[in-house]
Amino acid sequence: MGSHQRVDGNVAWETSGPTGGGTPPSHAGHHERAVPMFGHSSVPFFTPGVIAVAAVAAAGLAVLVVRLVAGLGAVTNLDDQYPWGIWIGIDVATGVALAAGGFTTAFIAHVLHHEKYHVLVRPALLTAMLGYTFVALGVCVDLGRYYNIWHVLMPSMWQGNSALFEVGMCVCCYLTVLYIEFLPIVVERFRGRVNLPGAMAGLNGFVETMLRIMDNTLGKVMNFFIIMGVVLSCAHQSSLGTLMVIAPSKLHPLWHTSILPLQFLLSAFAVGLAMVVFESMLASRSLKRPFEMPVLSPFARLIPFLLTIYFAAKLIDMANRGTWQYLQEFNLRSVSWSIEVLFGVLVPIAILLSHKLRRRPGWLFSAAAMVVLGVALNRINVFIIGYTAPFADKPYVPAWTEVLLTAGFIALLVLIYRLFIFLFPVLPEEEGASHA
Amino acid sequence: MVTRRDFLKLSGAAAGTAALAATGAVASSGSTSKLDPARVGVLTDLTLCIGCRRCEWACAQQNQLPYGPLESCDDQSLLANARRPDAEHYTVINRYPAPTWREQPLDVKVQCMHCEHPACVSACIVGALEKNPMGPVTYDPWKCIGCRYCMVACPFQIPAYEYHNALTPKVMKCTMCPERTLEKQQLPACAEICPREAILFGRRDELLELAHERLSQHPDRYHPEVYGEHEVGGTSWLLIADRPVTECGIPELSDQSPAALTETIQHGIFRGFSGPLMIFGLLSVLMKSSTDRRRREDWDGEDQRDGEDKHG
Repeated sequence: MGSHQRVDGNVAWETSGPTGGGTPPSHAGHHERAVPMFGHSSVPFFTPGVIAVAAVAAAGLAVLVVRLVAGLGAVTNLDDQYPWGIWIGIDVATGVALAAGGFTTAFIAHVLHHEKYHVLVRPALLTAMLGYTFVALGVCVDLGRYYNIWHVLMPSMWQGNSALFEVGMCVCCYLTVLYIEFLPIVVERFRGRVNLPGAMAGLNGFVETMLRIMDNTLGKVMNFFIIMGVVLSCAHQSSLGTLMVIAPSKLHPLWHTSILPLQFLLSAFAVGLAMVVFESMLASRSLKRPFEMPVLSPFARLIPFLLTIYFAAKLIDMANRGTWQYLQEFNLRSVSWSIEVLFGVLVPIAILLSHKLRRRPGWLFSAAAMVVLGVALNRINVFIIGYTAPFADKPYVPAWTEVLLTAGFIALLVLIYRLFIFLFPVLPEEEGASHA
Repeated sequence: MVTRRDFLKLSGAAAGTAALAATGAVASSGSTSKLDPARVGVLTDLTLCIGCRRCEWACAQQNQLPYGPLESCDDQSLLANARRPDAEHYTVINRYPAPTWREQPLDVKVQCMHCEHPACVSACIVGALEKNPMGPVTYDPWKCIGCRYCMVACPFQIPAYEYHNALTPKVMKCTMCPERTLEKQQLPACAEICPREAILFGRRDELLELAHERLSQHPDRYHPEVYGEHEVGGTSWLLIADRPVTECGIPELSDQSPAALTETIQHGIFRGFSGPLMIFGLLSVLMKSSTDRRRREDWDGEDQRDGEDKHG
């Protein structure tokens, strides 16, 4: 290791930031250095599974082309009754929730300084960065006049009453913060190794200097951006809930409440952590590495507490508004609500509270997956299933092309994620993890 | 304390003052404070409507929307279809059967209600939709990014979208013809063509006064309520009929604008950025103190224990 700034899967600013001094990361017994998977993994980039994922991505991009040429009407089942479909409900609302791992992990590892969890920071950061990038792409695909998206940034058109404006601004700022937070990883990858091809080789020295300057300055400002990321996340995760508060006569009372923003924020905390666990285990499986159980099990310990707070907010609000009555009916909405709460909240709480189950990969993975799917279902319920137009003559069912584009975007995200962990030092070196 | 409704009944002459008072009453809940006391509106007296659908035709002409010749309005069969305004129809007339044989069917004109405190305007991310202080809710397609949040927000399910326009789709809805009414002192196209004077254009406060006058003079002919006086914080378009219009395709809504709650939440959290700034300060202190503490001791004992356990 060139310098101990880079140990422990930390980012370069760790010891050079304003907190200063440098803390040798010796507490938790994890010294893994983050490395790119190229040259450090026995698994090749392309496997049959990866090729299948690439095929889905390509099909999704084909739908995108049709959407751009022929318009929203050609590829979606959206109409005047249901102006928002799965591109908003899944690509955007669910995407933002599932990318919450970035700020929750940053909070635990960098604000609370739980050094042990630093190995999780980079994968979570990468997920958030790519997740939000795809949220932004998803929004653009759904916008009728996507080329006007820059209007949101023009002070002359700012509209402070709109929850959507708040979401848009925060997502835009947070995306920038995420890219800045990721920069040290890029710097670490290339510093001292810049070797541009052909005619650009003359720039090697310049790029090297730039990287050195970045390496020296990023550490000094990074704490600001980390905190900024947490603040921006709290702001827009909650405002995403405010979005549907404006439609009290359309959103079913099982979900419509004035504390929807609080519920969105609380569920984002929980699902952020669950997503880190879920994804880490998926990546380990795909790369044929041992699961990082010594880190993941104690990390997952926090999830049931966060879920309990979320559940309490749901329950108290429900009792307060007397919406129990809607659960006595048997229909799509009451069933969907029950699945969301039973399998997305209560069962995972039970599993993850158990010291024993938490340390079994199968149980841990199932519980994390349930939280992820449960919160995803909550967002789908709020934006799609719980939404009824007052004069609807038919329900909204997504067109197969809508589903394909959503699947294609998710596939593309997975591919780029894989590419990044192969190219950049995101995951810890394997020897370290092997003692699990 | 007299209610606004009583107040109007008591003193018709002071209608202008009443409008001011009403404006003041809603202003506390948000952005309606800019409303002009002399703002205009439309009153549809549905008891006079005969379902001739000429207003649909005139509206289409005015807004360059596709429509058949004037004679096509004579086809009365469409009236039974419970149609909705869409990207090619800013207004439609629907016929609702009489509840008993002694009564008449009711023809109901549907179009944008031009709310006093419009949810669509509050929702619009770039201010493409605006409430003109003089009454109409206007739309600027050049600002619009096409997010369709206005359509989600509208409690009347009015804004429609040009889903099949790939490049320049627009949100489509009744404009209240500001290019005629506000610029040229003309009537809205639908009001001008109406052969029965069922669509009345004028100052909202005067229309409200007129509506209440009709209700009190002919209690036998009218259901004693002016729809739009209070609904969603009031609408510029008012309806009177022989029965509750909420039984005939007009939604039953609370007296509070849906935007009032979201604006309260938004401004509560973000006023002066106090909320975000507080979190920022709190996190900074937390970060600093946890760093200091981390230097002194390892407080991660529980993690240690959990982590050292053997895993399956």
